Amino acid sequence: MAGVHTHIGAYHILHGVDLVVPKGQVTLLLGRNGAGKTTTLRTLMGLWAASQGSIRWNGQDITATDTASRARLGVGYVPESMAVFADLTVAENLLLAAHKASRMEDVDAQRLQWIKQLFPAVETFWHYPAGKLSGGQKQMVAVARAVIEPRELLVIDEPSKGLAPAIVANLLEALKEVKRQGTTILLVEQNLAFARRLGDQVAVMEDGRIVHAASQADFIADQAAQQRYLGLSL
Amino acid sequence: MSTSTTAPTAATPAVPPAPKRDWIPVLLMPALALLGLPFIADVPVWLTLTLAGLAMGMIIFIIASGLTLVFGLMDVLNFGHGVFIALGAFVATTVFALLGGWVKSPDALTQLAAVFAAMLAAMLLAGAIGLVFERLLVRPVYGLHLKQILITMGGMIIGEELIKVFWGAQQVPLEPPMILRGSLSIGDAGVETYRIFATVIGLLVFASLVWVLSRTKIGLLIRAGVENGEMVESLGYRIRRLFVAVFVAGSALAGLGGVLWGLYQQNVIPQIGSQVNILIFIVIIIGGLGSISGALIGALLVGLLANYAGFLAPKAALFSNIALMVIILVWRPGGLYPVAKR
Repeated sequence: MAGVHTHIGAYHILHGVDLVVPKGQVTLLLGRNGAGKTTTLRTLMGLWAASQGSIRWNGQDITATDTASRARLGVGYVPESMAVFADLTVAENLLLAAHKASRMEDVDAQRLQWIKQLFPAVETFWHYPAGKLSGGQKQMVAVARAVIEPRELLVIDEPSKGLAPAIVANLLEALKEVKRQGTTILLVEQNLAFARRLGDQVAVMEDGRIVHAASQADFIADQAAQQRYLGLSL
Repeated sequence: MSTSTTAPTAATPAVPPAPKRDWIPVLLMPALALLGLPFIADVPVWLTLTLAGLAMGMIIFIIASGLTLVFGLMDVLNFGHGVFIALGAFVATTVFALLGGWVKSPDALTQLAAVFAAMLAAMLLAGAIGLVFERLLVRPVYGLHLKQILITMGGMIIGEELIKVFWGAQQVPLEPPMILRGSLSIGDAGVETYRIFATVIGLLVFASLVWVLSRTKIGLLIRAGVENGEMVESLGYRIRRLFVAVFVAGSALAGLGGVLWGLYQQNVIPQIGSQVNILIFIVIIIGGLGSISGALIGALLVGLLANYAGFLAPKAALFSNIALMVIILVWRPGGLYPVAKR
């Protein structure tokens, strides 16, 4: 993203965001509430239009590309609200995200097995309406849905929010595995203990701008930057 | 990329009790029918009214099914839905005029072929006009409810005037062919053949819709889109295209419903659609906006109550359905089968 501005109605939310997400790595997007992290993700997905600036994907300008086309490029998105389809079963939620499959039998069996191993709740509640699951189980379904087919980029917004520690630990292992499989991850997270166990790069937002970008190792070593931008030490 | 590596596993969560299907709304129909019995106090009359009510409900369901999906999927209030009903009914008058020989043929199958030809033509034309209606009137007002109401009502007025230009302002007779006239006796009760035919068509439409919605990917997308269109977009599907397809299908179903409603009334006027518009909105609100099963139950309840009230207290017929809607909304504010929303 280069110089991206986003307006929502009369409000000017993003003020020239410059963000590079390196391939195969996990980039943490940090910042206080209201800094513009979720807006950045939604603008990246095309859910809100960038009023200025450009968004490039593997060298191709996708600023004017619609959300569906961006997803088809290989971007999986898990919003903060999880957004599982409550009236659909877990299986149906997953089938929806498998573009090449019109029935569950068409989904790559090996991939499906991998998903079920990674997210046990998916198999346990396979035929249950997703709306009947707990918050943690819904989050598992949402992430599983996002990676039911290989994705180049997984965009995920505060996945550990409100979840029990055991579920967070499961989620962490699952995301590590997704990363190991070669998926690039852009992660917004307030739970820094969780985030630092995944991250490679850090970008800090303030007032709709990226104010600091570094490798995670450098950021962890830079106590002054942590204090200045986050008000705490990692 | 290989996915054959062993993934880390977590403890398998405990399986909760299987979710129960909500049967209470389904039980409302027999409950209403039984409630009507002591008031009517004559079993053959009650049976006749009940079967007539179910047939009327089936026709209303056919008309309402498309509208409930249109609202559920894109939050679009289409008050112009009635124009597709009128269009379907008038197309049927033209097809019957063109195929007069078939309609009056002594062969039952040829008579039915004329009815099916009218239904097919009505669906095709209503669907095509629906495509134009969506492009010209609905698309510019996405997300603007007040403007949607005004512009779609305006669209219906224009549509009715255009119908007058093509077919005239007068009432046009639309009588079913001989095979669908007369009645069958069940005990001392008489059931019109046409009502049985309409019920069968309604059941076929319901079964087809349920099959598409529950067994196909496109149906899955529609159900997901009704819940959260933005997330469907984020999964790589263009919700607008899906909406246009549903709008066209909904218009076609309204056209089909128009043929059945016209044959039920046995005559057609340009306002035939706007006259049932209120009933249709009552049905989709009762059912839960976006719910096909809810629309079916809502339509059958409205059909039953309209017939009972029409017999017991004709002046209270329309009021009775509004009262039914109020009672159901007090009990379940989202309708009988509320659709989960983002």
